[in-house]
Amino acid sequence: MYGKGILKGLGVTLKHFVETYVDDFRRGRKRYGTREGVEYRSSKDVSGLFTVQYPEEQLIIPEEFRFVPFLVYDEGENGEREIRCTSCGICAKVCPPQCIWIHRSEDPKTGRPVPEPAEFYIDIDVCMNCGLCAEFCPFDAIIMDHDFELAVYDRHSNNIYDKEKLLKPASYYQKIRPRNYAAQEKIRQEKAAKKAARARK
Amino acid sequence: MTDTTLVAEHPLLERFPEGVTPDERKGYEGFIVAADRLVEFATALRDEFGYDYLSSVTGVDYLPDGKMEVVYHAYKSTGGGALVFKVQVPRENPVVPSLVSVYPGADFQEREAWDLLGIRFEGHPNLKRILMWEGFAGHPLRKDWKEAYFEEEKKPFGSRWPGGAVHRAEDENPFGKNVVYPPDFDPEKWTPVGDEALYAGLREFKKDDDLKTEQVVVNLGPQHPSTHGVFRMVVTLDGETVVRLEPVMGYLHRNHEKIGERNTYLMNIPFTDRLDYLSSMSNNWGYVQAVEKLLGDKIQVPERAEYLRVIMAEFTRIVNHIFAIGTLLNDLGAYFTPMLYALEERELILDIFEAVSGSRMMCNYFRFGGVARDLPPGVYEKMRDLVFERLPRKIDELDRYLTENEVVRARCEGVGVLTPEEAIAFSAAGPVLRASGVPYDVRRADPYGIYDRFEFDVAVRYHGDVYDRYLIRLDEIRQSIRILQQALDQLPEGDVIFGSPKYSMRVPAGEAYGRVEGPKGELGFYVVSDGSANPWRYHVRAPSFINLTALSRMCEGDKVADAIIILGSIDIVLGETDR
Amino acid sequence: MPDELNAKGYDIPPEMQNTVAITTLDKLYNWGRRYSAWPMMFGLACCAIEMIATAASRFDLARFGMEIMRPSPRQADVMLVSGTVTKKMVPQIVRLYNQMPEPKYVVAMGACASGGGPFKEGYNVVSGIDKFLPVDVYIPGCPPTPQALLYGLMKLQEMMDKQSIKSVRWYQKGDLPEIPVPILGPDLIDPRDYPDFEFKLRQAYAEKTEEEAS
Ligand code: SF4
Ligand code: SF4
Ligand code: SF4
Repeated sequence: MYGKGILKGLGVTLKHFVETYVDDFRRGRKRYGTREGVEYRSSKDVSGLFTVQYPEEQLIIPEEFRFVPFLVYDEGENGEREIRCTSCGICAKVCPPQCIWIHRSEDPKTGRPVPEPAEFYIDIDVCMNCGLCAEFCPFDAIIMDHDFELAVYDRHSNNIYDKEKLLKPASYYQKIRPRNYAAQEKIRQEKAAKKAARARK
Repeated sequence: MTDTTLVAEHPLLERFPEGVTPDERKGYEGFIVAADRLVEFATALRDEFGYDYLSSVTGVDYLPDGKMEVVYHAYKSTGGGALVFKVQVPRENPVVPSLVSVYPGADFQEREAWDLLGIRFEGHPNLKRILMWEGFAGHPLRKDWKEAYFEEEKKPFGSRWPGGAVHRAEDENPFGKNVVYPPDFDPEKWTPVGDEALYAGLREFKKDDDLKTEQVVVNLGPQHPSTHGVFRMVVTLDGETVVRLEPVMGYLHRNHEKIGERNTYLMNIPFTDRLDYLSSMSNNWGYVQAVEKLLGDKIQVPERAEYLRVIMAEFTRIVNHIFAIGTLLNDLGAYFTPMLYALEERELILDIFEAVSGSRMMCNYFRFGGVARDLPPGVYEKMRDLVFERLPRKIDELDRYLTENEVVRARCEGVGVLTPEEAIAFSAAGPVLRASGVPYDVRRADPYGIYDRFEFDVAVRYHGDVYDRYLIRLDEIRQSIRILQQALDQLPEGDVIFGSPKYSMRVPAGEAYGRVEGPKGELGFYVVSDGSANPWRYHVRAPSFINLTALSRMCEGDKVADAIIILGSIDIVLGETDR
Repeated sequence: MPDELNAKGYDIPPEMQNTVAITTLDKLYNWGRRYSAWPMMFGLACCAIEMIATAASRFDLARFGMEIMRPSPRQADVMLVSGTVTKKMVPQIVRLYNQMPEPKYVVAMGACASGGGPFKEGYNVVSGIDKFLPVDVYIPGCPPTPQALLYGLMKLQEMMDKQSIKSVRWYQKGDLPEIPVPILGPDLIDPRDYPDFEFKLRQAYAEKTEEEAS
């Protein structure tokens, strides 16, 4: 029969349409605006309406998600910031579009390099969010961020991130990437213990 | 993968005692053919030796030797490894006979080599620039050509560390000292030449016709809702019938190869993501494979990584084909609904990519000797859910929704036919080739990775029309699901990368051609190393670029509205077409 | 209300002192534009795929009144520059922009459209569409995820909210200037550079030949 295929197709569309209401009815309040609802809408069982209504609700961001990098600092006992970066330059060397600029500090007396960046810039209008800098940093000092709400009205005054803008506390790192943080913390502690042991000898 | 042992006593050498010599440089393979014997050699290769499929044509600039080389990779359409042959010509006056008469598929690739390297192909019917515009100064891929924002020969740039002072390249070099304008150049008198030449070639007036018809030239694109990006077709119409069609591209030419030759080997991986941006995982694989070939037995991929590679590549294929079907239906006029349904499945797969690699589209997941990281907890179960439960169900639904639809059938059947002979001659690849009845799939014809361990069928259809190209994508999704089911069941434990990855490494000198069956067809990477940390030559055999060679053949004689769905059925992605 | 208006920061010219209606009208006017900003269906590169994903079912641009993507510039309000702007393409983009009716907005989506992105060093890449068009919102990212794009579009709506009929560009007297279409010469030439052009060209050429001579 001519038109049968079209009718079948319309049936599929109708099914999609009805499913939303069936689902709304079945899941009630929990379907929208809750974490459970968002999880359901990104699972294999989802049927009917599929929309995650940003900004009221947000997709669940997986730990590995990467959007522009940031620099980590540890909070010292008196609240001072201990920047992890030693300005070794590996991230600047590995960065594919070469959008990291690091100015290494120098001891004003001896002129020798000091393991700390005097300046650290990332041009996020060039950064390709590839994550290689974070992957190859030997000190876990540069980490990929989860914050994607970065739109601005003027890029020239905002989009070259300097050290101040890049620095974020280790507690933030722990919050967004608990698993990576725990694993790296373990390694760091082991290293520190070894160092201490060697110092004692 | 030539049998290098056989090169020295290959029957070809007997057939051509003069003018053909084995390439004896260390790390190189194949034959060097004298330029004046090239056409004869290629004809014999095709007719007598069965190498009927010319896969890739690459120009290489060997600046220190003062030579230009053109490298050809030919295959048998029945399967097996490559036969590589090369022509060397002096750099000052590089002229090579064109192979378009023997292998029509060389058409665009030769134009590309002319455009970017300035190699003249004598006898080419239409040797114009293809990616840049007519009138552009110089041939950018030559090693002594420098762009306006040129900083240094090789990355990493010294200005970034330790004394990095931030700057924007465009502020440093506002007009570009590197661009050589003629001394008497006057911008107000300059007229762009490209389009006039283009149109002149397309106008032709039939005389032996009683009816008074006039042919019109119509531009579709570069901004057109159905060209899948910034692609342009210049069509000569007689009434509604396409008389001639010429694709115009380069609107997204991002100089991938020039940048790739400045990058270190590792840096290129995230750049390959941006080639065919719908299927970044496959692109990663092709490139990584080429470099791993150069590294030889210095590197072995662990078992688990091999499986993860297959899993990711097959998911990518599903994503890509789903998207292709959605856009094809969009082009047919089913405005957005099929697309919406298709994209739901794509989103669910992208969730997996995001959880594993960190990004939905630009995965940057493969590394030399493995993959970047293991699966995070929970992802394996999610993949199983999709592969064993949801996807088969949803693909059937898509099938039910569209395949029997009378409008789809009426519009697609018998439109844009490509015969198997033509498909091979035009070097078509992937679904386009297989929909024309040639069961050629790199995963089977020249297995890589661990594809020889899985059971799957090479999907093939025989009409070569748009409808078959639609069906074959559905078939391939089903086969991919089959492979995924096996791979997920067999996935072993263990390491995911060989050794500890280094951020910069030297690669032994030589050449390598890595190819994978990408969702759009054979995706090849030709890499030449000079032993340093940056590739000397980096070339991409892009399937969506080469598949377009056959576009005008498919469209001629069809209606102009069909040209759009024919383009849709080839499934191009501009990032790869223009690179 | 009048008190508020007479507070510092609001510079109201004397003849406008009692025109409270304008602000209400502004509200209405902005509300209307805010929820009917139709983007142009116009994709350039990878970012365009994320734009399509944003328009599709999971993120659903229709919630912002932007689902009607028009392929024709004459019916569009927002130009989403989604991807790498190449030199070969930029004349067409400028032409499209000129064809859009006012009010029109430009959103630079992704690193490429904002500032050249990873391909910036390339010989065929324009480092940012703001070299040619006035951009209203920049969205960093490569590619910005659909949610990041939505955030950027919300920023655009916020910006619309702050506009006033009195000051918007398209109700000013006189013709709106067209942006001159760049020319593809030996390299890309911006006609606005003509006054400078010859001089710089000569200089560059002289330096170049000098270098070669030495
Ligand atoms: S961020 Fe890491 S890799 Fe970069 S300079 Fe600092 S310590 Fe080195
Ligand atoms: S994410 Fe990639 S592009 Fe961005 S700063 Fe890090 S290495 Fe460079
Ligand atoms: S910003 Fe990144 S994703 Fe967007 S077009 Fe540029 S390279 Fe592609």
